[in-house]
Amino acid sequence: MDWTRHDLLDLQDLTREEIELILETAKSFKEVSTRDVKKVPALRGKTIVMLFFESSTRTRASFELAAKRLSADTINFSVGASSVSKGESVLDTAKNIEAMNVDMIVVRHKSAGVPQMLRDHLDSAVINAGDGCRAHPTQALLDLFTIQEKKGRVEGLDVAIVGDILHSRVARSNIFGLTKLGARVTLCGPSTLMPKDIEKLGVTVDYDLKNVIKKVDVLMMLRLQIERQREKFLPSMREYAREFGVNKEKLKGAKKDILIMHPGPTNRGVELSADVADGECSVILEQVTNGVAVRMAVLYLLAGTKHEPAE
Amino acid sequence: MSLLIKNAIIVNADGEAKGSKDILLEKGVIARIASSIPSENFKVVDVEGKKVLPGLVDLHAHFREPGREDKETIETGSRAAAKGGFTTVMCMPNTSPVIDNAMMVDAIFQKVRRAGLINVIPIGAITKGQQDQELVDMFEMKKAGCLALSDDGKSVNSSQMMRLAFEYAKMVDILLIEHCQDPDLSAGGVMNEGYHSTLLGMKGDPGLSEIVIVARDIELAKYLDTRVHLAHISLKRSVELIRQAKAQGVKVTAEVCPHHFSLTEEIVKSFDPNAKVNPPLRTQEDVDAVKKGLKDGTLDCIATDHAPHTQEDKEVGFGDAPFGMIGLETAFGLGVSELVDKKVLSLPQLVEKMSAAPAKIVGLEAKGVVAEGFDADLVVVDVEREWEVKAEDFVSKSKNSPFIGKALKGCVEKTICGGKIVYESK
Amino acid sequence: MTPVSKIMDKENVRRTVMRIAHEIVEKNKGVEDLCLVGIRTRGAVLAERIKQCIEKIEGHTLEVGVLDITLYRDDLTLVDTQPIVHETLINFNIADKKIVLVDDVLFTGRTIRAALDALVDFGRPASIQLAVLVDRGHRELPIRADYVGKNIPTSLNQDVKVILKETDEKEDEVVLEKRK
Repeated sequence: MDWTRHDLLDLQDLTREEIELILETAKSFKEVSTRDVKKVPALRGKTIVMLFFESSTRTRASFELAAKRLSADTINFSVGASSVSKGESVLDTAKNIEAMNVDMIVVRHKSAGVPQMLRDHLDSAVINAGDGCRAHPTQALLDLFTIQEKKGRVEGLDVAIVGDILHSRVARSNIFGLTKLGARVTLCGPSTLMPKDIEKLGVTVDYDLKNVIKKVDVLMMLRLQIERQREKFLPSMREYAREFGVNKEKLKGAKKDILIMHPGPTNRGVELSADVADGECSVILEQVTNGVAVRMAVLYLLAGTKHEPAE
Repeated sequence: MSLLIKNAIIVNADGEAKGSKDILLEKGVIARIASSIPSENFKVVDVEGKKVLPGLVDLHAHFREPGREDKETIETGSRAAAKGGFTTVMCMPNTSPVIDNAMMVDAIFQKVRRAGLINVIPIGAITKGQQDQELVDMFEMKKAGCLALSDDGKSVNSSQMMRLAFEYAKMVDILLIEHCQDPDLSAGGVMNEGYHSTLLGMKGDPGLSEIVIVARDIELAKYLDTRVHLAHISLKRSVELIRQAKAQGVKVTAEVCPHHFSLTEEIVKSFDPNAKVNPPLRTQEDVDAVKKGLKDGTLDCIATDHAPHTQEDKEVGFGDAPFGMIGLETAFGLGVSELVDKKVLSLPQLVEKMSAAPAKIVGLEAKGVVAEGFDADLVVVDVEREWEVKAEDFVSKSKNSPFIGKALKGCVEKTICGGKIVYESK
Repeated sequence: MTPVSKIMDKENVRRTVMRIAHEIVEKNKGVEDLCLVGIRTRGAVLAERIKQCIEKIEGHTLEVGVLDITLYRDDLTLVDTQPIVHETLINFNIADKKIVLVDDVLFTGRTIRAALDALVDFGRPASIQLAVLVDRGHRELPIRADYVGKNIPTSLNQDVKVILKETDEKEDEVVLEKRK
C-alpha cells in the first residue's frame, strides 16, 4: 500500500494497514541507528520545527534525534507557560513559524485538538507529539513496535494498561492502536481515574491488579502525576503504590515472559519497584531506543506526501 | 410619526388570525388593527400577506459592555438583536465591572437610548461583584429599572447566600435567574462528560453539575414559596425535575437555548472552539428531552445566551477557548427549522416561547402580543424562506457561531420597535 | 518492433551469472577480503546467486549483504508518496573489504550513486566494484560497471525488465518493452 497521509494526529484515524506500514518502516530505521554513521540523507533540505507549548525533554529529544538522523534541519520553538497563559493565539504563533518556510511541525499542547486546528490552517505537515489528555500517537507506535519486536505479534495478545487512565493520552492512543492490531486490552487503575464510558472503546475494566497480572502478556504502566493526590483523586500515594504499583511480589502470579513497559519517566516505588523497573521483564529502555526509529519512520513517511487542504 | 402596516397575517401565541389585517402604529403603541385602514398621511409598509409576530423577547444575552467592547457593545448587540427579530433583550451583568449597582444600570440605559434601536434591559447581579458574599441593593436596582437579577456566568454557589437572596428578592418582588452549574463538579470541564469527552481526552463537565443546582433551587423556591427562573436548561434530568416541581405548584420557570435543542456534543470532535459553550452541548437524548419539555410547557421560553467572543480569544485551542456562542441572529431560524418544521411546536407556540412567555416572566405586560393597546414591537417574518448562515453576514461584532455554513429556514424580514423600523432585510 | 521482445532466457541468465562469478574471481585473484552487496530487490537475488557460483568455483562462502538505497535516492523531494523503505542487512564489517556491488540493470547511474553513498556510511571499504546483469546505456553520471552480463542498446521510451524466479515467481528472463 502507499502512504498518503500528510499529518499524524491520532491512531484513531489510521487503518491497521497504515499502522503496520509505519512499524515495518521503523524496522529499517532501527537498523540505521545501529550503524557507525547513524545518518541517512532522506530528508536533506527539509526543515522540521519542534513547537512545544508544554515542556517535554524526552519526546522532544527523541523527535530531534530522529529528524537529525534523517538529515533534516530542526529548530526548537518552546513557548513558555507565561505567554500561553497570556492567551497568545496558538494559530498566530504557528502561522508565524510557517512563514519561515518550514516543512513539518511537531506540536505538543496541553489542549486537546490543537494539532487538528493547525492541520486545518497550515500547509506544513503536522505531527502530534501529545495534545492534552487526548493523543500521543508516536508513543503508542513505539509501544506497538516494542511489543511486536519482543512478542513477534500484537494480534491476540492480552495487554493491560495500568494507572491514571483519565489523564493519559498515552493510554488513549494505545487503546486505539492495540485494538486495531487485534490485541485485547484491559484497563486497571483507581476508579476515580477511570474515564466515563471507556468500555465503549472496546476495552475491559478491572480494578484488581493482581487478577489482571495473572492473565496478561504485556503490562503497560502509566506515569502517575503526583498532583493527582492534591486534586483529591487519591487518598494517598502509599495506598496507590500498594494497590496499583507493580513489584516482584505481585509478579509472582504472572506469565514468565510478561513484558513490563512504561512511557517514562518512572516514579520508582510508585508505579514500579526498582527491581522490576530494572528487571529482566522490563523493556523500558528499549522503548526509548525504538522511539527514535518509529519517529524516523513517521517523519520519513509524512515528508513525502503533499498537503490536501481540509474541506 | 405613525406607521401603517398593510396586509399582515398576525400570529400571536394564541393562534394565527384569519385573513390579512392592517396595523396602525402610533406613538409607540398599536393604535388600531382592522381589515382595512385607509392610508391617510401615514408612512405605509405593505407586507403583502407576510406573517407579523410580536417582537421577540430574549431573557438572556451578553453585550459585553462595559469591559469587552471589542467583542460586542450595546449598540452592535442591539443591531444583531434587531436583525434576529428581537425587540427586547435582557443583558446579563457579568461585565467588567459587574452591573451590581443603580449607577451602572443608569449608565447601561443611557447607552441603550443612545443606540436607539431596541429595548435593552440590564439584568443586575444577585451578589455584589458576583462574588457570593453580599447581596446587591435590590430595592435600588429595581427602582433603576432592573426586572431580574442573576449571577449568570456561574451559580450563586453558596446555598445559604441563595436562600437569603430568594427571601430578599421575594420582598422586593424581583425575579432571580439562576445559572445552574455546581462549581466543584464542573471544575475544569470543557465539554459534556461522557463517551465523547473520554474519546477526545477532554475534561468533562458532568450533567450532574446542572442537576444539583436545579434541584437545590427548586427546593429553595418551594420552601420559601417564591419564584425562580432557571437559565439555559440542557439536560433530560433537569427537565424531569422542573416538570415534577411544576406539577407540585413550585413557581419555577425555565428557558432553553437554540443550540441545546439543535446540536449535540458530537460536533465537539471537530474541535471548533465555537462549539464550546456553557452549559456544554449534550447528548441526543437530552436534545429530545428539551424539545419535549418545550412542547409540554415544562420549559417556558427560548433564550439565546448570545455570548460574543473575538476570533483571537477563540483561536487558542478548544481547552483554552472561552465558553459561549452568539445566538441572536440565528435563534428564529433555528426555532423554525428545528421546532416548527420538525413539528415540535406550531408557529403560534414558537411565538409563545420566543415572545409572549418571556415577556410575561419578567412582567413586561405591554409586550409579547400583537393587539390594540400593546407596544408597537413587531417582527415581519417569512417562515418559508431559506438562507445560509455566513460569517460575513453577522452584524454582531463577533462571529463565533457553530452554525456557520448551515442552511436555515425562517427569515426575519423587518423588525419594528416602538413603531420604528429598526431592521429591514436586503 | 513488437512491444515486448525477449533479450535473455533462463539459460542465458544462468550462464551469464556464472560468467560474472568467474570474472570476479579472476579479476580479484581469488576471493580474499571479497564481499558481495546486492541492491534491493533483484540485485540482492543476483548477489546471492553469484555467491553460490563462487562457492562452486572456489569452495569458499562469501559474505553477502543487502542494501536498500531508498533513503539515498536523489529524487525523494520529487515523488508524490514516499517509496517504501526496506531493511538494509549488512551484518559484517565492510572496512578494508573489497566490495562487489550487484544490481540487475545499469541505466542512469543514479541508483549506483545512491548505493555508493549508502555503503560509505557503513565504513571505508578497500575498493568497490560493480556487477550488473544488463547495461542499457544512457548514463547521467560518470559511472561504469566492472562486470557486465549483457550490453543492450535501448531507446529512452523502452524499459528493461529483469524477471527472476525468487522475486517474480516466474522463469528467469530479461525483456525489452515499450514504456507505458
